[in-house]
Order: sequence, then C-alpha cells, then structure tokens
Amino acid sequence: MVVALLLVACARTKDAALYNDPGKPAYGDTIITGSIGEPSNLIPLLSTDKPSHDVAANIYNGLLKYDKDLNIVGDLAESWEISKDSLSLIFHLRKGVKWHDGRPFTAHDVMYTYKVTVDPKTPTAYAGDFLLVKEAKVIDDYTFKVTYGKPFAPAIASWTSAMILPRHLLEGRDITTSPLLRNPVGTGPYIFKEWVTGDRVILRVNPDYFEGKPYIEQYVMRVIPDSGTMFLELKNYGIDMIDQLAPLQAVRQTEYPAFRREFNKFKYLAFQYVYLGYNLKHPFFRDKRVRQAISYTIDKKEIIDGILLGQGVEATGPFKPDMWAYNGNVKKYGYDREKAISLLSEAGFTKGTDGILSKDGKPFEFTILLNQGNDVRIRCAELIQRRLSEIGIRVKIRVIEWASFVNQFVDKRNFEAVILGWTIPPDPDLFDIWHSSKQGPKELNFISFENKEVDDFLVKARHTLNQEERKRYIYRIQEILAEEQPYTFLYVPYANVAIHKRFKGIVPAPAGLGHDFIKWYVPESQRRYKTNAALSP
Amino acid sequence: MLRYLLKRLLFMIPMLFGITLISFALIHLTPGEPDIIGAEMNPKVTKQVREQIRALYGLDKPLHVQYYLWLKRFVKLDFGKSFAQDRRPVISKIAERLPITITIELLSMALIFIVGIPIGVYCAQHKDTIMDKVLTSFVFAGFAVPHFWLALLLMLFFGVHLELLPISGIKSFNFSDLSLLQKTLDMTKHLILPIGISALGGLAGISRYMKNSLLEVLRQEYITTAYAKGLPEKVVLRKHALRNALLPVITILGLSVPGLIGGSVIFETIFAIPGMGQLFFASVMSRDYPTIMGILVMGGVLTLLGNLLADIMYGLADPRIRVG
Repeated sequence: MVVALLLVACARTKDAALYNDPGKPAYGDTIITGSIGEPSNLIPLLSTDKPSHDVAANIYNGLLKYDKDLNIVGDLAESWEISKDSLSLIFHLRKGVKWHDGRPFTAHDVMYTYKVTVDPKTPTAYAGDFLLVKEAKVIDDYTFKVTYGKPFAPAIASWTSAMILPRHLLEGRDITTSPLLRNPVGTGPYIFKEWVTGDRVILRVNPDYFEGKPYIEQYVMRVIPDSGTMFLELKNYGIDMIDQLAPLQAVRQTEYPAFRREFNKFKYLAFQYVYLGYNLKHPFFRDKRVRQAISYTIDKKEIIDGILLGQGVEATGPFKPDMWAYNGNVKKYGYDREKAISLLSEAGFTKGTDGILSKDGKPFEFTILLNQGNDVRIRCAELIQRRLSEIGIRVKIRVIEWASFVNQFVDKRNFEAVILGWTIPPDPDLFDIWHSSKQGPKELNFISFENKEVDDFLVKARHTLNQEERKRYIYRIQEILAEEQPYTFLYVPYANVAIHKRFKGIVPAPAGLGHDFIKWYVPESQRRYKTNAALSP
Repeated sequence: MLRYLLKRLLFMIPMLFGITLISFALIHLTPGEPDIIGAEMNPKVTKQVREQIRALYGLDKPLHVQYYLWLKRFVKLDFGKSFAQDRRPVISKIAERLPITITIELLSMALIFIVGIPIGVYCAQHKDTIMDKVLTSFVFAGFAVPHFWLALLLMLFFGVHLELLPISGIKSFNFSDLSLLQKTLDMTKHLILPIGISALGGLAGISRYMKNSLLEVLRQEYITTAYAKGLPEKVVLRKHALRNALLPVITILGLSVPGLIGGSVIFETIFAIPGMGQLFFASVMSRDYPTIMGILVMGGVLTLLGNLLADIMYGLADPRIRVG
C-alpha cells in the first residue's frame, strides 16, 4: 500500500511540473465542472437558475453579447444599427450559421423567439422587456427589425440575454413540453450529448461553430450538491473546476504547495452587492441622519477582512467598480463613531441610564431579517449588531427560510431592516429597484424609497440611447443614493475560481472567466481524457 | 384471513383520503408560494406576467377548489406536473429517483439487520461481559457521531488519501465504456461509503431492541423448562427464545417500509446521489405542491401497507395474534 501511494505521489509530482509548460493550443480533452444544483431545463427562456444558464450558454447564442470588458458586441447579429429617431433596432444577422441539426439559422428564428417570449401562455421571467416592443419585423432572411414606442436603453441589452431558439423545432408546439427542454438544439459552440438526471450533463464540441471550433472537445457539468464534497472531488480529480470557492477555501484551504502545483486560481469581482436595507416607513429610519449614522458605525473593512477574509471590496453604490456606470466619486462612510453619535443626537436621540439611545421615550432597537442558508451574511449581521450596540442601538437578528422571508416579511413590508444582495446586471438600469412607482405588492422598491430627483433621472436614463448622457444621469443617481443611504451598501464579493493547470488561455476580466471559453486549450502532452467525441455522430 | 385482509385494505381508503387532505392543507399553510418562473425578487418580471402565471397554474383559485382539482386528477392516478422549472410529470420525476433510493435503503436495512441482530443476540447471551460493553459502546458511538462529519472524514481518507474509493456520485465518468462486471464493481465501490455510514446509525436501535427483548424472553419460565429438560443452549435460543424475541423487531421492520422511499437529504447531498431525499427537500423548499403531494401520498400508502405487513408478520411469528 505504502509503495503504491508513493508511486502515485511521484507520478503526480511529475505531472505537476509538466503543467507549467504553456504548450501549444491543441484540440482535445474534457473539462468537468461542478455545480451545486442541477439544471432545471435547457430552454433558457424557461429557466432562471444558474446551472441551466451555465450549460445553455454553451449551446445557444443571443443576437448580441457582452465582450470581456462588458461592452455590447454582435453575436448572431454581425452588426446592428439604431434608427435616427432612436426607436428602432435593426439587426444584420450572420450568414451561414447552422443549427446543430444542420438547418440554417435565419431571421425567422429570431421572430419566433420574440413571439414565444411575449406569448402569455409561456411561463417565462423574461417577457418584461420584450412586451415594450411595438413592432417586430423580418425584413429579409438576414435582417430583423424591432420598433419600440419610446427610446429604451435596456432594450439593446435585452437582446444579449434572449437566447435564440430554433423555430423549425418549436413553432406550433407547446414549448413547456418540448423535447428540447432536455435535448436542446442551438447554434452555440457545444452540442448537447447526454443528460444523466441528478448526476451530469455532457456536451460535445461543435466543429462547425461560426467563431471557430473550440479547443476543448467535451464539457461536462457534474451535479454535486455539497460544497465540501465538491472541494474533495476537485482535489481528487473528480472535477477540474470550481467556480465559487468559499472565502475560507480560497484563502486558506487551497494555499498549500501541492494544490498550487496543480491548480490555478482566478478571481474577479462578482456581479453582486450585499446591503443593509432600511424600511423607510419606520419612524426612526425615515430620518436620513439616522441612516447615515448607522453607515458610519458599520465598519465595512472589518466585515471584508474578518468575514470575507479579504475576498471583496467596499460597495459605495449599486454597481461594481469595474463597470462603466460606476461612480466612485460619491460620499463615503468610513468607520467614524464620533460622527455617528453627533448625527444621532442631532436627530434627537439621547442616551438613557441603561446605555440605550432613545427618542420620545422609545428605545432605539430594531431587528435585522435575513434569509437562511447564507452564513456570510449572518456573520455580517452579527458584526453590525456588535458595532451598533457600542453606540447604544440594540439590534436583534432573525433568520428565516427564503420563501417565508420574501412572502411574509419583505412583500408585506413587515420588517425594520434586511440584509440582502442584488445581482448587478451588466446593463445599469436601476428603475425597478429605486423608482417610487415600484412600491406595489411584489415590486422591488420594498424599502419605500421616494426621491423626486432620482425618479426623474431614472426615467431619463432609461429613455436615452446616448451612453454619455445616460452615464451622467446614473452618476447623479449614485451621488444621491450615497447621500441618502436608503441602503448601507456593504460589499461586492470576489468570485474565486479554481481551475486545473492543464487548461491554458484563461483571461480574467470584468465579465468573468467564461467570455472566451472556446479559446481555452490543453496542450497535447498534458491531456487527461481521451475522447472520441469528434467521431460520434 | 382473506376477509381480514380485505377489510383492512378497504379501511385504508378513507385513511388515505384523510392523509391527502391533511397533507394538502399543511403544505398550503406554509408561508410562501411556488415560484414557477423564478420571479421572486427578479426585476425583470412585471406584475402582469406574475398574475398571468398564477392563473396559468391555478394558484389564483380558492384552496378547496385547488384541492378538488388535485383530487380529481389523483383518483385517475395522475399526479400532475411539477411546478419546478423542469415542468416534468411528477410521476417520472419520482420514478427516476426511486430505484437508487430503494436500492440504498434496502441494502443498508439488510446490513443493519444482518449485523444488528447478531450483535443484540450476542450481547443478551453474554450480558455484562467486556465484549457486551465494547459492542454496546460501538453501536452507540455509531448512532451518536454526526454522520455528515464522519462521511467527509471517510471520503477524505478513502478517496483523497488512499484513492481506494470514489468520493461521490454513483457512477464513474467512463461508466458507459465499462463491461458489465466493471459496471457492477464501479457501482459497488460508489455505494460502500453511503451504505456503510447510513447502516452505522441504525445498528444501535436494532441491536438494543434485540438484546432487551431476548433478555425479557430468557427470563420466562418456559425457557427455564427448556433448559431443565436438557435441551442444548443453541436449540433453546434458536427454537424457543429467538422466535418470540423477534416480535418487536418485526414492528420496526414494518415501520421502516415507508422509509424505503424517503431517502436522506444529508446523505444524498454529501454523496451527490440523485435520490428521493434531495427531490423531496428541493420540492418543499420551492413549494412545488404537485411533487410534494406525490411523494407524501406514496409515503402514506407505504406506511399503511407497512403497518398491515407488520400485523401479518406478527401472525406468522406468533400464532396467538392470528385473526381468523
């Protein structure tokens, strides 16, 4: 046994040295990724979960896409133009693109995708932006035109997320029972091969992909619901990549020579920010000075260093720093206890004999609500609790299961403060979260934020197609939000990714890692899996 | 006997009806609603779309109407379609997860009985010896140790360090290229850890029941009689004592029948086994009513059948309980 172990160990070390050689791009090998959840279905229109979209992104294309710096560029559309009145978008489609079953891709497929998206019988989360289309028209096989009632800035971005579906396989049939749900046909760099329920999804390379054949022959997503198990599988070669290392894994558990010899780690700012949101109907939180005081009391640096182990940056507003819409020049709230105390006494709070602040006889205490299953945020709440107790605010923490959290508390406005996170979309439209009209049931301005100037700029920003003008409005909105502190913006976490060293050509960018996946390669001498994917039909 | 059986079976119908009613009420009492299209906290979903979807799936109807509609489909054995985003029929979702769960549960139950009963018998026979204490400590340690933790340690040891056993999943990456023998070996290797660990937790219960019930029986006068008439210990134990002592164990066997399809969320999650536990957990968390109801109804039927089975087996083991 010992001998066998030693042999294995030697073999691995030799391999490991080999992996430092960048080698030459070659076709072949398989990449196995791990996913906590199983994809729900592979028609992206009908799913909102990350695993589904991770797989589908390799199978389908949109008309447009984001490049590595988050600029919008053509995908299935070779180019596009905006009409003079800013109301219409005209897409010129690539010629010669084929569906995986060999049929040609045309503007009729785009038309079908649009129609099925807005069909009230289609259960999709993505209809919203497309319901604003006044007219959609196929001009010829390779030209497609949509017209909006008003110039609408998020419209262009909406065509990056709409994955174009094959009309010839879907039209006239019920999309919710289509075989394509589990056996998709797209135009993308990989072709669906097999789905073993609850276990794995396998894709093989599309040799005729319009941007050139990808180097890696096979893509496998393994479903491993436990993150501890997934980490063991990575060490044991069961998978080649983890795209969401926990802070502790990223900073400590992967920092030893044997791991570094065989794996590369990458990080980029995740498309997410975490915040403490106040119910602005609450008598104390209605006062801007109170919110500012709390922001001064929360030590964001302590949260990032202590809980995220440095794997994040301070958030100053609703964007991450490497986006064009980000305004870094806004009011910032470093840890400043004196300032907090003076703001609170200005707002009329006095300290009682028990050390608790109170106003008009009411003690300053409130509950922070959080959803279950997010340990990092729960620990944030604990740090916030301690910091606020130092200036005489009593905080309770309550953790609730997600569905109840949303339905019983957030939707019913039955909370004082929440810690939550928002996904940051690459298109900076803030309307749904901050506009005062969005306070209805189930709508997302659940903190009841109302600011005339913000309302005005939100509307102006989404109805101009001039990026410089839009940027000016969005910059101003961020200044107001920073001043008002309807949320205390806490942090933007880093996404930490570990990938086996044999994969070369990986370039981290604001868009993440996957933006040039088709250019990743494994040099021939470092190949692990021999596949005959190219031979099978 | 046949009439008794028939009566029992008929009586199960109203019971099952009651089970469905209570289950349906309970899952609808839990706060929250199924999020069919992923609309929760999603800025891109408009109010209009949200209402359309609720109507499309009948969630806007009053609860008793929803129950009636469910019941109407259920009597035709139609469990409907899942509210999860895969929108597949509940039956096929359950059907593809059932075999692996039943396999694991049966094997681990068999292992529990094969190992647990002899331990119990041995401990009863050698009461208060060192070996009795060692075995008792072992089964209780197995019961008390957190299984997810033990699982991770064993995965680390057998998987990463020794590289003897695979860490998770039920099939290897190259499974389809293997010969039948290799396939069997491959699956066996994958199942050793999950089955071993889940059986470990069950040993304490069975062996204790066995021990106590055997001790109880051994105190009876007819055992003294058997010894007195000169029967060898083996025969006394096997023919006279064990049979009576098995009764409580049979109860446990009957009660474990519904557990066969339950699976365990923790095991399945740690070992990445696509079984019923994960399915049930996920459907409860997402308020996937049709799937929850499907699984609960199956569990209900199996519980009723298990009870019946236990009663019948009592009769076989102990003629006094037989009903004419």
